[in-house]
Amino acid sequence: MTLTFLLNGEEIRVEGSAPTTTLLDFLRETRGLTGTKEGCNEGDCGACTVMVRDGRGARSLNACILFLPQLQGKSVTTVEGLAAPDGTLHPVQDAMITHHGSQCGFCTPGFVMSMATAHTNGDTNHADQLAGNLCRCTGYAPILRAAKACEDEPVPPHLTPEPFIFSKILRGEVADRGAEPPQSKAVAQHPTSSDALAAAYLAQPDATLVAGATDVGLWVTKSLRDLDPVIFLEGCADLKTLTETETGFDVGAMVDMNCLRDVLQPHYPSFAEMLRRFASQQVRNAATLGGNIANGSPIGDSPPPLIALGATLTLRKGETRRELPLEDYFIAYGKQDRAPGEFVERIHIPKQAGPLQVYKLSKRFDQDISAVLGAFNITVEDGTVTAARIAFGGMAATPKRAIHVEQALTGKPWSETTIAAAKAAFAQDFTPMSDMRASADYRLGTAENMLERAFADLAGHVQSVLEVRL
Amino acid sequence: MSVATPLPHDAARLHVTGDARYIDDIPMPRDCLHLAFGLSTVAHGEVTALDLEAVRSAPGVVAVLTADDLPFDCDVSPSNHDEPLLATGHVHYVGQPVFLVVATSHRAARVAARKGAITYAEKPALLTLEAALEVDSRFEDGPRIWARGDAPAAIQSAPRKLSGTFEIGGQEHFYLESQAALALPQEDGGMHVQSSTQHPTEIQHKVAHAIGQPMHSVRVETRRMGGGFGGKESQGNALAVACAVAARRTGKACKMRYDRDDDMVITGKRHAFRVSYEVGFDEDGQILGVDFTHLVNCGWAMDLSLPVADRAMLHADNAYWLENFRVTSHRLKTNLQSATAYRGFGGPQGMVGIERVMDHVAHDLGIDPVELRRRNYYLPPDAPGEAGDGGRVTPYGMEVSDFELGGITDQLLETSGYAARKAEIADWNAEQDVLRRGIGFSPVKFGISFTLTHLNQAGALVHVYQDGSIHLNHGGTEMGQGLFQKVAQVAASRFGVDMATVKITATDTAKVPNTSATAASSGSDLNGMAVKAACDTIRDRMAEHLALEHQVKPTDVVFADGRVEVAGEELSFAEAAARCYLGRVSLSATGFYKTPSLEWDRITGTGRPFFYFAYGAAVTEVVVDRLTGEYRILRADLLHDAGASLNPALDIGQVEGAYVQGAGWLTTEELVWDDKGGLRTHAPSTYKIPACSDAPDVFNVALWDGQNREDTIYRSKAVGEPPFMLGISAYLALSDAVGAFGDGRFPALDAPATSEEVWRAIQRVRGEA
Repeated sequence: MTLTFLLNGEEIRVEGSAPTTTLLDFLRETRGLTGTKEGCNEGDCGACTVMVRDGRGARSLNACILFLPQLQGKSVTTVEGLAAPDGTLHPVQDAMITHHGSQCGFCTPGFVMSMATAHTNGDTNHADQLAGNLCRCTGYAPILRAAKACEDEPVPPHLTPEPFIFSKILRGEVADRGAEPPQSKAVAQHPTSSDALAAAYLAQPDATLVAGATDVGLWVTKSLRDLDPVIFLEGCADLKTLTETETGFDVGAMVDMNCLRDVLQPHYPSFAEMLRRFASQQVRNAATLGGNIANGSPIGDSPPPLIALGATLTLRKGETRRELPLEDYFIAYGKQDRAPGEFVERIHIPKQAGPLQVYKLSKRFDQDISAVLGAFNITVEDGTVTAARIAFGGMAATPKRAIHVEQALTGKPWSETTIAAAKAAFAQDFTPMSDMRASADYRLGTAENMLERAFADLAGHVQSVLEVRL
Repeated sequence: MSVATPLPHDAARLHVTGDARYIDDIPMPRDCLHLAFGLSTVAHGEVTALDLEAVRSAPGVVAVLTADDLPFDCDVSPSNHDEPLLATGHVHYVGQPVFLVVATSHRAARVAARKGAITYAEKPALLTLEAALEVDSRFEDGPRIWARGDAPAAIQSAPRKLSGTFEIGGQEHFYLESQAALALPQEDGGMHVQSSTQHPTEIQHKVAHAIGQPMHSVRVETRRMGGGFGGKESQGNALAVACAVAARRTGKACKMRYDRDDDMVITGKRHAFRVSYEVGFDEDGQILGVDFTHLVNCGWAMDLSLPVADRAMLHADNAYWLENFRVTSHRLKTNLQSATAYRGFGGPQGMVGIERVMDHVAHDLGIDPVELRRRNYYLPPDAPGEAGDGGRVTPYGMEVSDFELGGITDQLLETSGYAARKAEIADWNAEQDVLRRGIGFSPVKFGISFTLTHLNQAGALVHVYQDGSIHLNHGGTEMGQGLFQKVAQVAASRFGVDMATVKITATDTAKVPNTSATAASSGSDLNGMAVKAACDTIRDRMAEHLALEHQVKPTDVVFADGRVEVAGEELSFAEAAARCYLGRVSLSATGFYKTPSLEWDRITGTGRPFFYFAYGAAVTEVVVDRLTGEYRILRADLLHDAGASLNPALDIGQVEGAYVQGAGWLTTEELVWDDKGGLRTHAPSTYKIPACSDAPDVFNVALWDGQNREDTIYRSKAVGEPPFMLGISAYLALSDAVGAFGDGRFPALDAPATSEEVWRAIQRVRGEA
């Protein structure tokens, strides 16, 4: 297909490019736009951050793990397009100069693009907005000062939202001015609905499904795989819907993590707080709930809390749908209950009156993969535990419930004595492994301690280092 | 005067617009080829078969080279001739380059490089300090030992004694721009190399050797690096030599840049240390004797390990007068990446050793750790007594004549509210269940100069054009530290012109030869002085000419505010330059500088290795959670001595950034190798440098109001490395917080103090482990 998108205001049409050409390579190698940098090529450093706008607004994304077909009909702004057409710098660029926010300068284009996106959206939680941008020189202090300093500056007119490209495409005004990347014979499909996706995937069950590409992207940039055939889900609008009802949330598989977080915030604040630390802003803007589940990772952060809540999946193959408790989807490491041609279509998250406690433990607070992630859904009535659903990530080959711990709690008084006894049950549920993130002992010991934390938290004691402020 | 003003980085505007060019951004020459290494997958062994058919037949591959194909002995070591560009029959670590792929694209080269079939006869690999020590695998014949007095006897007879051992992990540089080089073959066999390097002359030297040409045939240019931190002092040699060799072979431009994972797997990192100590002291906390042992993990090749280990020994005293002192340094050779230069160059490891000792002694005596330190500080310059007295001479015999730490400590304790906060923390801790706060103080005294004395030289080349514009060049390289701007400020000041008059240009071995690496924090000290000399030469010629025209003395010619005033006549600098041109005055000059007063014998460990010391101190407060060992830095107060700063904004930037990098080293930055010697933390997904929210919530950074007592450029001080060690206070604060969970014992805490290590340390102080 012909891809059409705006690049720094200019219409770009690309034909016949390999479907897994990344935006970063396209910018640097095809367009000669070398302001956008490659720092890690895996979405962890943010040096390649660009601003992407579509009908939903402006988002920061990592260009290194963003495939060109994901940009269909969108508007991309790179650092070269951030200043006004007359050369006037964007307020964040000015502030970065004034506050000495750059030293070696290599991370700077990525920072200014994250900052400009946050500025466009009026987001002032700067450390969260910039969690996905690594700087090795400055220690971040001057960058944070710069971000703060331009909070009240107006958004430059050339970045204010407009129904840019869609209408132009419709009017046939899009001209082909771009050089083209190498031709490719790889087959890529771009269904625009879940029905079309279901048909396409049934016909090509060996295809790789690409949602946000925050995981699949690394298959290409790090494992150096050539993916073929590929089905891009970006156009499936009905998979991006999220409906809240009396009883729960019905979430399309293509809903991204930031959208999910916003919706869950009022109801499950602890879950939402964990999602604040799920990867980074750029990754959450791309990563989808469906992808985080479907890839079957034992260290995905969304499955444990969803399992603790009793979430279910709708799996679809062709016209056939089935419902499955999420916990049953994960069979073993690398093995899920998903047939060829079948995909995760929707996720159903129940609402409940009681709280859910979620704890993410990682070597670094932000933008890090969890060593242990624990989710506690414990119902206490009249001082007695009447129900407990507890699930962990990082403790086994799959996200997994702590059945023995649940049993050790259920029917018992909600007390320190019960907690102490229940801690001993963790070793029956889990035999975690040691790796570069954490040792087996540490995983087991801290998982046990998370139960202690849940007990104290439910009693209202503040005890997170994140909540201590001088 | 342009000096002492807080101007932005010279390239700040280019940085924020994306216009600043790094190696990979240079428009590619036609038909440029791309390189990638095929890497060893075993830690130690003999290559018994090398089947590269699949590599050669991979799409886009132009050539595949092994050691046998190299035209000359392509050694890329900066020191010991022990690093072949490509493995010669043996491999010594997982990640060692074995073959070189030349292909039509970066990706094609990377894809092909993974297709090599290498068969090894594996040999036992030395992956730990114990393993290396056991078989005496080391550089140099035996341990290096430097001593003053009789430490063992002093410890033996001391009223109180303590001992301890702890680990200090290595550190990945994580410069955001990975290593890169681009070589363009010239018409006469020469080579033009653009390299992301701190050491263009070394690149020139290694490339010339590799292609069999004199150094004059190789020109190396470096406009900027996307970060260096020592990681581009020697580690860029391999890429530049590979590009030059491939360019010579193919006749085409060749570019190589490491993918991030390759970069982390191939290149060296900070040396990991195990530090053991025995200390004897009296009831007042006076240290009577201290005896250190450093086990230094140097990796497989020598690289810069000897001077790194030396500098650790030279900083084992840090700020303290230690009458009876001994340090024994074992430089162990292992089958890991060859450890290399990293900001501080061993100094930080040596310093952490004595700072732990100070905290241990303070803890043992129940004396405040700052007070204990003060009792052992070197004497201040104004203290009564003679030069050479006890209290003002380092263990290696150098007079400490500029000890600023008394005043710095007083001021920092005051501005940080140390005493009151310490009391408040104790009260707060008493109220808590799972949390404890801790506070740590650490001073820095860091020696400035290369310990290899001959490196303390620099050159500059300055042109004044007839329109009055000035072209500035020197041997220093720009890696983000703001060197170019600081030196341009010097040049502008010498001519009395504004900054726009001075053009900063790329470091170029064809303009200034025989340069030293931009390392050892020496950049502005050395190059600033060399530029000053060049500028003054031209200025004096101009003054002489103009004075002659006006029949006055040259000293009556004044250069200021972009004007030149002579005998009542005022010219613009441009007019003055034009007039000098017409008067046939040479308006181009070189400048040269060598640091005075240095004298050092590294075998005996005696002399004056440093021109002066740079000082600083930090107070850091943390909060720790015993359930998981998670922690945060709540507040850091830094006071640092940059002398009379050439540019306070850039210097504060160095201090802030260095602190966070230093704290990262001792906290979250954990390098993990598996039991086969494979690095498991080879990307930012697994190796965790500080992120935005890891910077202290409250971060107060100030420069000490002083000036260098030695005659440096405008009395400024070097600032690149010294503040890195302010981060030690974060580690000490964590130890303090861990101790607050315990039964009174001194916490055993290794570095990096990851959450897991802190969690374990808490268990130990609670007697649970």
